[in-house]
Amino acid sequence: MLSLAMWTGDIMFPNAYELIVYILNFIGLYEPINNIFKTLGIEYVLRIIIVLVEIAVLVVFALLTIMFLTWMERKVVAMVQARYGPMVTGPRGLLQPVMDGVKLIGKEDIIPAKADRWVFTLAPFIVFIPALLIFIPLPFGESLIISDLNVGLLYIIAISAVSPIAILLAGWASNNKYSLMGAIRAVAQDMSYTIPLALSAIAIVLFTGSLSTVDIVSAQNGTWFGFIPKWFIFLQPLGFLLFLIASIAEMGRIPFDFQESEQELVAGFFTEYSGMKFAMFFLAEYAHLFSVSAIVVTLFLGGWSFPFLNLLPAGLVPLVSFGIFLVKTYVIIFFAMWLRDTVPRVRIDQLMNLGWKIMIPLALLNLLATGFLLTAGVF
Amino acid sequence: MKTEELLINMGPVHPSTHGVLRFKLTMDGEIIKKCEIVMGYLHRGTEKLGEMKTYLQFVPYTDRLDYISAFPNNYAYVKAVEELAGIEVPLRAEYIRVLTLELNRIVNHLVMIGSLLLDLGGSTMIMWGFRERENALQLFEMLCGARMTFNYIRPGGVREDLPEGFMPKLNEFIKDMEHRIDDYEELISGNEIFMMRMKNIGVLSAEDAISHGMTGPSLRGHGVNYDIRKIEPYSVYPDLDFRACVRNECDSFARYMVRIDEMRESLHILRQVVDAMPEGKPASQAKYGIAPLTGAPTAVSTYFPRIFTPPPGEVYSRIEAPKGELGFYVVSDGTIKPYRIKIRSPSFCNLTAIPKMVEGLMIPDLIAAFGTIDVVLGDVDR
Repeated sequence: MLSLAMWTGDIMFPNAYELIVYILNFIGLYEPINNIFKTLGIEYVLRIIIVLVEIAVLVVFALLTIMFLTWMERKVVAMVQARYGPMVTGPRGLLQPVMDGVKLIGKEDIIPAKADRWVFTLAPFIVFIPALLIFIPLPFGESLIISDLNVGLLYIIAISAVSPIAILLAGWASNNKYSLMGAIRAVAQDMSYTIPLALSAIAIVLFTGSLSTVDIVSAQNGTWFGFIPKWFIFLQPLGFLLFLIASIAEMGRIPFDFQESEQELVAGFFTEYSGMKFAMFFLAEYAHLFSVSAIVVTLFLGGWSFPFLNLLPAGLVPLVSFGIFLVKTYVIIFFAMWLRDTVPRVRIDQLMNLGWKIMIPLALLNLLATGFLLTAGVF
Repeated sequence: MKTEELLINMGPVHPSTHGVLRFKLTMDGEIIKKCEIVMGYLHRGTEKLGEMKTYLQFVPYTDRLDYISAFPNNYAYVKAVEELAGIEVPLRAEYIRVLTLELNRIVNHLVMIGSLLLDLGGSTMIMWGFRERENALQLFEMLCGARMTFNYIRPGGVREDLPEGFMPKLNEFIKDMEHRIDDYEELISGNEIFMMRMKNIGVLSAEDAISHGMTGPSLRGHGVNYDIRKIEPYSVYPDLDFRACVRNECDSFARYMVRIDEMRESLHILRQVVDAMPEGKPASQAKYGIAPLTGAPTAVSTYFPRIFTPPPGEVYSRIEAPKGELGFYVVSDGTIKPYRIKIRSPSFCNLTAIPKMVEGLMIPDLIAAFGTIDVVLGDVDR
């Protein structure tokens, strides 16, 4: 239905809202519904309802993705380690995340006696909500974006900087030395890695001249010499490497998983958490994994764009581009999982050295070189 | 700025203390100012138990010391008893013993490397190690029906002869292990992060290592060529061609590399043992039975007695266990039970070197250094 509707003519919508309105219009539902609301004098309610539907779809998508990622992580680990992984619940263990959820909901929700009750309870939510908020300016495909913010990239970096605050809250409120150390490590790590992350993203902004994620993707549309896709990874190889390393640190995964580092700090900042509160941290971690990979794809791997996508019938493009976006994102996710199984963890001071002494200077250098080349008009 | 030292109590229940060990760490931020080891959570009074049992009855208890590698424990105790009672052992039995010892050395090092990597955050090696360990455990199961607590080496020989089909399976294992070790090296030894974590970490001079009583692979990583198989040869080791693996760097990486080298060397020994396995009886007497309580058993009697009385005396007998020098000091007063048993366990002595190694380093380094010392708490606390 969707693709049929969009077969006709000019369809590039600024966001998913317009897309929904267009589809409703096409099947002839929008006008009657809108008239009902108009006679009641509350047109804005329809707007709100459509936005709520969008949000519902996004949240369902995010939660399904998270569930799938936990399963995928286990399967990838199992593949590397020459074993099967979950096999019993559902076909090839696909329902394992559901069982995990059921188990975690059934667990007793323990708040340590000397913990700060309010902060302790609040922290998991403050971790989880920004992890979902990052999805808002992500272009999942052509026209498939919740909101094309003109400060999209800045928004992403700012929102992802909220989670260390929550982690610090969690670590402090637990009143546990391991938790506190884990939290302090997490904050130190996040501070030192957001800088190279932002710096290598700025180099991209120099090319596009816009912080909007949609503009960044459309700047990567097209090819050089007819076959090399115009992705920023080819213009910014160093920036890509720095961004990838920084984002793995940002995700808090091995080799940079200091916030947990279970062999040293038991479970880091969530040592004292159990049941659903623990699950919130767990889910947030996987939401982060997906969103950060998606950002890497958007900035450096062309987002949803792919060469010769324009040869397809225009109505198919949103769906196909969504598929392309998912494939690219899962490649990055697979890389992160693969990395986790292959390498051990670095030490906290080595991580800081890497961040401050190597990555930040390199990122600055990259930015400088990009600026010079752009000013000289090379690109 | 006023700072405070933080006392962190690591253990007795902690993911990377390999059991019930407790570190009391005085921390300045992330730096360890003082490390104190508290042990004894797994004390079971094994030595005292030995005084309550007959010589043969105590063999299963030795299995529970270092439960990762139980054959060397069996053998160290049995060797002491044999020296005490003057029991002769057929050559085939000695070869079978060496076979089990070296196989067990490989198993021990697989577990050690696996858990070391697990401590560093790499979860793959332990699965790979356990995959090969499973093959070895199946071999052990063929030998004696047990996978970890064998009770296989007995005074006078071994309990059973090699079962049918054992040798082909062993050959398969040896062939498999050769390229598996290369795989491990590819995964670990060349890894940049692994080297960052191991090189120049947990450094201890050779003198300090010796003065703390370190032995075995942990000591040989400090450039000290001290292998009891070489300096005080026992069993059939003098007939076998092998070398003691020594590394000179004195750091965690050297201690790890010694393990890898030793696995290769053990395979080399195993190959020779397979080739040279003599025909004959696996024990000096076919079975255990009731025999007169006087004197040591001789080759003349048809049974090997379940209860025998070594002449009064004492003996300290030591072997090169996978973790280091494992010694049994057994005193006989001429009765059916030992008067005193003292176990010199390698894990205990090696563990005492940890505080000196890690002071001034960080918790992650403590864990890395602790992993390379290769400690089993059953062996520490006895």
